[in-house]
Amino acid sequence: MKYEAFDRKIEDVGLQDGIAKLTPEKIEKTINEVLQGETGAKLKAYHETCVRCGLCAQACHFYVSHDGDPSYSPAGKVAQTMSVILDKKGKVSAEFIYKAAQIAYTECNLCRRCVHYCPLGIDTGYIMSTVRRICHKLGVTPQYLQDTAHSHSATMNQMWVKEDEWTDALLWQEEEARDEFPNMRIPLDKNGADIMYSVIAPEPKFRTHLIYQATAILHEADIDFTMPTTTGWDNSDMAMYSGDFEIMGRLKRDHFECAQGLKVKKIVMGECGHAFRSVYDMGNRWNAWKDYPVEVVHSIEFFAELLRSGKIKMKEKYPEPVTIHDPCNVIRGRGLMEELRYVVGEICETVVEMTPNREYNYCCCAGGGVINCGPPFKNVRVNGNKAKADQLRAVKEQGVTTVISPCHNCHGGLEDIIHSYELGLELKFLGDIIYANMVKNKAIEE
Amino acid sequence: MYHSIYEFVIGPLAWIGWTVFVVGSIWKLASMWALAKKKDGSSIAYTRFGYGARSIIQWLIPFGTTGWKSNPAVTVATFIFHICLVLVPIFLSAHVVLWDQFFGVSWGTLPDTVADYMTVAVILAAAFFAYRRIAVKEVAFLTTYKDWMALGIAVSPFVTGFLAYHQIFNYQVMIVLHILCGLAWLAFIPFSRLSHMLISWYSRAYIGSEFQGVRHCKDW
Repeated sequence: MKYEAFDRKIEDVGLQDGIAKLTPEKIEKTINEVLQGETGAKLKAYHETCVRCGLCAQACHFYVSHDGDPSYSPAGKVAQTMSVILDKKGKVSAEFIYKAAQIAYTECNLCRRCVHYCPLGIDTGYIMSTVRRICHKLGVTPQYLQDTAHSHSATMNQMWVKEDEWTDALLWQEEEARDEFPNMRIPLDKNGADIMYSVIAPEPKFRTHLIYQATAILHEADIDFTMPTTTGWDNSDMAMYSGDFEIMGRLKRDHFECAQGLKVKKIVMGECGHAFRSVYDMGNRWNAWKDYPVEVVHSIEFFAELLRSGKIKMKEKYPEPVTIHDPCNVIRGRGLMEELRYVVGEICETVVEMTPNREYNYCCCAGGGVINCGPPFKNVRVNGNKAKADQLRAVKEQGVTTVISPCHNCHGGLEDIIHSYELGLELKFLGDIIYANMVKNKAIEE
Repeated sequence: MYHSIYEFVIGPLAWIGWTVFVVGSIWKLASMWALAKKKDGSSIAYTRFGYGARSIIQWLIPFGTTGWKSNPAVTVATFIFHICLVLVPIFLSAHVVLWDQFFGVSWGTLPDTVADYMTVAVILAAAFFAYRRIAVKEVAFLTTYKDWMALGIAVSPFVTGFLAYHQIFNYQVMIVLHILCGLAWLAFIPFSRLSHMLISWYSRAYIGSEFQGVRHCKDW
């Protein structure tokens, strides 16, 4: 068997303890439950018709960054995981499950760039998600990722934020902001507001300034908005990435029920990518909703609307040359590439495009839950994305000093890449720049 | 003796080969569709004819997609291979004569010289694919006996047909081999990687719908 050798095994408590509890019977039974219960013609068609042409290889930043190592190509990763599972009908060893979990959770960002290269339209992201689903049901998941899924399950948010801590974070930010905007409010649980603003749990946990900025922009633009104090305030969804679809379904239901309970017209999401995927692609389908019950817009769309309507005006444009990193989930996943360019064009003087860009952009290597697999896999991400470092270096040579990306995961990933490859670039959210450089009519004179 | 073998392969065996191909293909498509309807409802719900057709057409244009543009040699070989692979068997004069002889139906034919060149093109393209299976490491990594089998089955009627037409080796042996290979080619379509001929229209249409309809983005 040419796939047996796996020379890059990484020690992870979650994976180790997980496989220690497996028996051959349990593996076979669980795999077949997933295959027969949850997969159908789609997986079968992909498995049977992939002609092994290898065209997808060059699409993957892992493959490119490892000098064309075929075991990192999308089809290569499928061949080492799902193909074996299907060919052996679930009769695989615990050690194999470890390897499959490591590949599926940490060496694929589910970014779906490979789809642009596959003549047969094979969706590798779906296949890898299904491998993760199997691993989840076998209890073999990276420890850090599992921790976030546990947090979702126990608290309905990703970061073990307790109810009072969440409200406290909002009140704290309101108080902070009042020094700058004396009439500033963060309306809590306001019934019938136009907008419910939802964030991801890392914001109250350790990026509180993002809540400050976003609510300051909403205040300045005179938007009728609210933030809930109940569960459902967190739009993030790591359970989707761990393969715990039951929790994923609960999370999405809770998010929407929260908005419906408040009778808001729409939900505006912070600058996050994966949560958006959970809404349009995964969670809704698990809940058997073809469309979602409350309109959801991403920050990019919302900022574009504020700028277009003149509700927010820029005092000055950000003077430094910037480049745009296109997050997979909102660009390849939602087609917001031109809106993003409109916003960046409105708030920055000079934009230098990376190559490739828009829907063809290389992934940040953090998404798909990979960054949430934690420190044991940090080098996997950094070494697995030399491609991105090269892309960034090329624009830096053209004078770019700042990278803009409207996604938390991309920020996490790009930050590590910028530091590790010593690129010396600044990294910003759209909100960072808008907040800093907008006209603040409601602020006190400085 | 030879005559009865020839009569057999061109008679009963041909009926078997064609039946396996036709019935097998219908079964393959019907069973996959039934399975999809039963299990992949959340995918079918988003499939749209217009998006699917657009994606298929885009991928049928040589160099019309990112994937094709990035791999010029594969693109040229793939298009030549598939176009000739389909046209030669249908429009080869010798085949049309057989249809006329057996069923009294007839249609236009390719000039023999053109068909001959096209046959060579199929063989050369297949040789290129075989080369990639060995020499290109991301392809070699993925290649299993199933891929060799698919390639071998696909090209064998062209190799044997070429040898028979040019009377290289023993014509009588070669023509029987050619018929056998051609029938195997048909019979294996529903039951091997060659089934991408039947299924990939659906997978393409589906992913095209997901990308354009749900993700508001191109899949090419």
